[in-house]
Amino acid sequence: MEEPMHNSAITAAFDTGPAFVPYLTAGDPTFEASLEYVQALERGGASVIELGLPFSEPIAEGKTIQNAISRSLEGGMTPVRFFKFLEQLDVTVPLVCMTYYNLIYQYGTHDGPRPFVERAATAGLDGIIVPDLPAEEAGPLHSACQSHGLDLITIVAPTTTTDRLERLVSLCSGYLYVQARLGVTGARSDVSEQTAASLDRLTDIELPVAVGFGISSGEHARTVIESGADGVIVGSALVEIIGEGHRAGDSPDMVAQRLEAKSREITTAITKLQQQP
Amino acid sequence: MTGTFGRYGGQYVPEALMPALTELKGAYEQYVLENADGFMDEFHERMRSFGGRPTPLQRADALSDRYDTDVYLKREDLVHGGAHKLTNALGQVLLAKYMGKERIIAETGAGQHGTATAMAAAHLDMPCEIYMGRTDTNRQRPNVFRMRLNDATVTPVDVGRGTLKEAISEAMRDWAQSVETTHYVIGSVVGPHPFPKLVREFQSVISEESRRQIRDRTGSLPTSVVACAGGGSNAMGSFTTFLNDDVALHAVEAGGESLTVDADAGVAPNSATLQTGSEGVLHGARTRVLQDEHGQIMASHSVSAGLDYAGVGPELAHLVDAGRVSAHTVDDETALAGVHRLSQTEGIIPALETAHAVGWLEEATESQLGEQIVLTVSGRGDKDLETVLEESTRRNIPETPDMDVFDPPANGGTDA
Repeated sequence: MEEPMHNSAITAAFDTGPAFVPYLTAGDPTFEASLEYVQALERGGASVIELGLPFSEPIAEGKTIQNAISRSLEGGMTPVRFFKFLEQLDVTVPLVCMTYYNLIYQYGTHDGPRPFVERAATAGLDGIIVPDLPAEEAGPLHSACQSHGLDLITIVAPTTTTDRLERLVSLCSGYLYVQARLGVTGARSDVSEQTAASLDRLTDIELPVAVGFGISSGEHARTVIESGADGVIVGSALVEIIGEGHRAGDSPDMVAQRLEAKSREITTAITKLQQQP
Repeated sequence: MTGTFGRYGGQYVPEALMPALTELKGAYEQYVLENADGFMDEFHERMRSFGGRPTPLQRADALSDRYDTDVYLKREDLVHGGAHKLTNALGQVLLAKYMGKERIIAETGAGQHGTATAMAAAHLDMPCEIYMGRTDTNRQRPNVFRMRLNDATVTPVDVGRGTLKEAISEAMRDWAQSVETTHYVIGSVVGPHPFPKLVREFQSVISEESRRQIRDRTGSLPTSVVACAGGGSNAMGSFTTFLNDDVALHAVEAGGESLTVDADAGVAPNSATLQTGSEGVLHGARTRVLQDEHGQIMASHSVSAGLDYAGVGPELAHLVDAGRVSAHTVDDETALAGVHRLSQTEGIIPALETAHAVGWLEEATESQLGEQIVLTVSGRGDKDLETVLEESTRRNIPETPDMDVFDPPANGGTDA
């Protein structure tokens, strides 16, 4: 078996303490506003940023991110423009693309994931997460990512069995994405008991472990880190700030400030915590 | 082995669902393929007593005269509920019961799979929730009432154009949440492995019966078999037992309004996935899909809600690529004329889906029709009456009957 790449920029971002990994849908609601929003996340203390490339059939997303995807698609986001978006983005933290497999598969003139990964590497992307690509189908994307120095980040679910867990870990680099609960993405008002149980069986894993699905406040984030996670992934709670601002007709500057403040809330809550051994 | 058909198939789903697919594959092999605990015996007995199988194979005399060949109709419209859909729905709800699941979910387009699942769930005493696009709930109101009468929850889906693909996505989201206790009864030979095989296995009873019936009746096999194809469960069911025979297989898709595509608007005004689609990944499988240059799935169209889908079963796509099945398209108008022709000359009001196969007889060449043809009447048309009358009148379909039997509307309305 090939060794996972531990020298990645993404993994290194977890070295300095608990990591805050925010998610936004790129291009939500417009290309320009979205650039500002992503930069606000970095100012708020993001360690790594996940950027959604919107797909028309997002089967793993709850309503909040579905709406963001609709806004972004209506705003004209495409895979081609997504790479321009990455190139115009003025941030230094590692960037991860979260998208569905059909967009990766269709990109470029040749079948298969290679053209997408090649373009992603030149655009400065560090890693890829594909919610509809289980280990069984991940071979071609995994090998394309390895040739171009990108991390393929796999998702571990509460239903993942032990033998599947080993396979997912062997494919994974960057960080392991632990899905905190069953269901789709979306902010919740409590932290799932499944989270602690999921983390308990990952104590021997060398990769950093980041927990996502339902984390919406600094308090949640602190609980998750105290349960043994190396990082927290926050999506819907941030995306909802954009949705509300969009509905209220607020200026992109105002929305960016709120995103920065929300990011700061989470970063502050987790920064002083020591990671559990 | 992840369940592929040539280039197509596979399991493109979130990790959270993979253990459930593995469990389902085990149940499929154990109960369906090996008849463990007498599962298939119970399935066949219930399809006889509750479902009305076997369905008749009937010679269509007027169509036979019209096309100067022997046309036989496989009467799936006579299955309980009025369509072939019950066979799959009952099979899967029964399988869920054997697997110890406590709840059923399903998606529906035309409402036929939803009503079939609701009936099967009521029959087998399982709680049931049906996801249905808002556009479809509006154009298939009688089916919504039928599902509610069977005590199913009907949840309208407002995303996108509110048709079948949005309903499937929403059902998959429910399943991602409820997978430990719930079985997702997918309505066609689509989705991740093992669904395409499981659904095909249940529906292949159509061609098991028709192959035996035509031989008993005529002593020979047909020249050709014709079936309409949306997701492809009716087509795969009608074809499977004939795959190794010297029998031509014709799948008729919805040509809608036009076979051209409006990429800027993200709309394909048809559902001709086999004819005009390209390889992609949708709803758990690699197959042929209607998509734009970037890979976004396009909104499809057909006058028939049951064919209105941007994907198609991976096995059917493979059989078309391999040249074993020929794919054809029939447009909205030809299908509407087909409804009237079968209603007027044979006394059978077919579903709009079936009417595409009926319409194809009009466009097929003599050699495509051959000497003896079996056409599957996938469902009855009661659910479509309003659509048929409205659309036929709007388009001036010549066969449309005069409906001036009602009193003229009273002067002025009572609505405020």
